[in-house]
Order: sequence, then structure tokens, then C-alpha cells
Amino acid sequence: MSLLNDFKNGLWNEHPIFRLLLGMCPLLAVTTTAEYGLAMGLATLFVIICAEIVISLVRNLIPKKVRIPSFIIIIATFVTIVDYTMPAFFPEIADALSIFIPLIVTNCLILARVEAFASRVSLKRAIADALGMGIGFTWGLVLLAGVRELLGDGSVFGVQILGEGFPTWGIMGLPPGAYITLGIILAVINQIIRMRHKKTREVS
Amino acid sequence: MENLLLLFAGTVLVNNFVLARFLGVCPYLGVSRQVDTAFGMGMATTFVMVIASVVTFLIYHLLLVPFGLEYLEIVAFILVISSLVQIVELFLQKMSPTMYRAMGIFLPLITTNCAIMGLALLIVQEGYNFVEALVFALGAGVGFTLAIVLIAGIREHLEIADIPHSLRGGAITLIIAGLMALAFSGLAGLV
Repeated sequence: MSLLNDFKNGLWNEHPIFRLLLGMCPLLAVTTTAEYGLAMGLATLFVIICAEIVISLVRNLIPKKVRIPSFIIIIATFVTIVDYTMPAFFPEIADALSIFIPLIVTNCLILARVEAFASRVSLKRAIADALGMGIGFTWGLVLLAGVRELLGDGSVFGVQILGEGFPTWGIMGLPPGAYITLGIILAVINQIIRMRHKKTREVS
Repeated sequence: MENLLLLFAGTVLVNNFVLARFLGVCPYLGVSRQVDTAFGMGMATTFVMVIASVVTFLIYHLLLVPFGLEYLEIVAFILVISSLVQIVELFLQKMSPTMYRAMGIFLPLITTNCAIMGLALLIVQEGYNFVEALVFALGAGVGFTLAIVLIAGIREHLEIADIPHSLRGGAITLIIAGLMALAFSGLAGLV
């Protein structure tokens, strides 16, 4: 039961983007199209799972005082693997994401989860948490990227959805579009949570 | 000389690290409630950026390239940056307590600031020489300070504004950031 809770935590209650506001830089930078958002999400998912597994396994071997540098090296190793694998298999996507692949290493989401969670709990719980947080981060990226691609280009995942006559919003592909869209999504999610709270209060 | 000036102005205004490149967004949203603290954060970041660019430049060109170890770039840079921040903190504490009081609390936060790591990676990617790298780092720092102080000024006024509940906090800050980015994109023709 608690494993399931650890997993579900990242999907909504402690959603890394919408609740904790972590990992903002890659989120805003790469979400011009849904495809890039998904690629970034999966790359981060891979790193967070591997890092949480390894750190959960060696958590009793690392002295407390040097734990942060040790965690960073472990994370950086997996990021290097992604950084060299991506261009080999998906050169186009790797080109578009450019320096944001190596920058997964400074994604505060990963360090925060590793420090707050993986370094304290058993392997099973760490994996559940990594999966939840990674998938939560991925759906957040795809949602933001999907909205931006839909309004900016009339398509999602490259499939034309809005008709040919739709006047595309050029701003969506540019930085201001990223900030404003995310701000509005955050406001909508806050509103949903507030309405739910009201309901539970009325029932009780 | 003209090139360097253009590079500086371009990095501060046109390719602003926060507003155009999305580097350093976390402190930009997190430490921008008050102008004073925002300015302190900006200064500390600029300081670390300049030192980090010098150190990572030397490490990359004198250590990694001669031995064919470019693939260790990420591991080496992040290690150097995080230890550098600690050294700067210790050094300031001993040498200049006033400066330490002004910047001290921000220094640990800078390790996970992707602007520093991004700066080091961009210098390698763009193939800047030593002087260009220094100017680029200084421009990045000044640009970051400009953006964070500006948004802190706006947020101070928002404290007394009547904002709809669901927009409070992160949401309205992001929308303001978007409007600022829009304003800055008007400077694109400058360089």
C-alpha cells in the first residue's frame, strides 16, 4: 500500500512541477513541441530512476558529510550516459535539446528527491518514488509542450489538429509564451485544488 | 574590442540568461520577493559566474582536452563548481565578513543554479577564447542581476495588490516573467 502511495505522490499530490515548482529551466526551455517535451521527460525519468536505485543501494556506505558531492557525481554519471546516447540514436532531438541534456545534472528535482527520499529508504520505495516523480515530471512537460504546440503550430506531436485556416500564435514558440502558458496552467491547477478542498470541507 | 562590447551587450539584453535562454529560472522565481535580497543574489551569482568561467575554462583546455577526456566534461564541471562555491564561501567568511553577510546565505543555493553550469557548457559549445569567456560570464551575471532586480521591484508592488486567489504565488510571477521576456524580446534588433 505504501509503495503505491509513494508512486502516486509524484503524479499529483507532490507533483514536481505544479506543486513543488522544481525543474523549471528544462521545463520552460524545451517545451516548444510535444515531442521534445516527451524526450526531455523520458531522459529525466531515466536519470532519476538510475540515480535513486544506486543511491538507495549505497546509502549506508556514504559518510554523511560528503553525501551531496557523492550524489552529484552519481547523477552526473547517468547524465553523461544520456548525453552520449541521445545524439547516437536521435540526433535531431538531441540537437534541439542541446545544452539542456547535460543540464539535467542541475535539475533540482533529482537532487531534492535523492537527498530527501532515496538516501533514507529501501530500494523498493526509492524505485516507486522515482517512477512517480519521473512520470509526473514527464506529463507536466508534455502538457505544457502540447498546449504550446497546439496554439503555436496547430498540431500536437506533429499531427495537424486545428484546421489550415488557424492563425498560429508565433509567440508560443518563443520564451514569453513559455512563461505565460505555465503561469496560466498553474493558476488552473490551483483553482481545481481549491475547489476540491471546498467540497471536502462541505461534506465533513 | 568592438566584438567584446557587442558580446557583452548581447548577453545582457538580447540573449538574457533568464528571459531568453531559460537558465537560472529557479532563483529568479524563488529569491525575488524583495529588491535587497534579489540584488544580493544577483551579485553573488555574478561573482561565482566569473570565477567559475575562468576555472572551468582552464580545466577544460589544460586538463580535459590534452588527455582526451572531453566526455568527463559534465562530471568535472559540476564537481568544480560545487567545490568552488564552498571555497568562495570560506574565503569570504575569513577575508570580508561584510561581504559574507551580504552574500553568504545565497552561496549554497548557487550550486544548483543551472545558469553557472549552463555558462560553463555554453563557453565550450561556442568555442570562446579566454577573454571572450570572461566577458560572456560578466554579461551573463549582469543580465541575471538586471532581470531578478526588475522582477523583485514588480513583486514588491504586487504584495499590496488584490490578486485572484488561484493566481497568487508562482502563477502571477510566471505571467509577469512572460511579460518581461516579451519586453526584452523587443531589444532583439540591437545587436
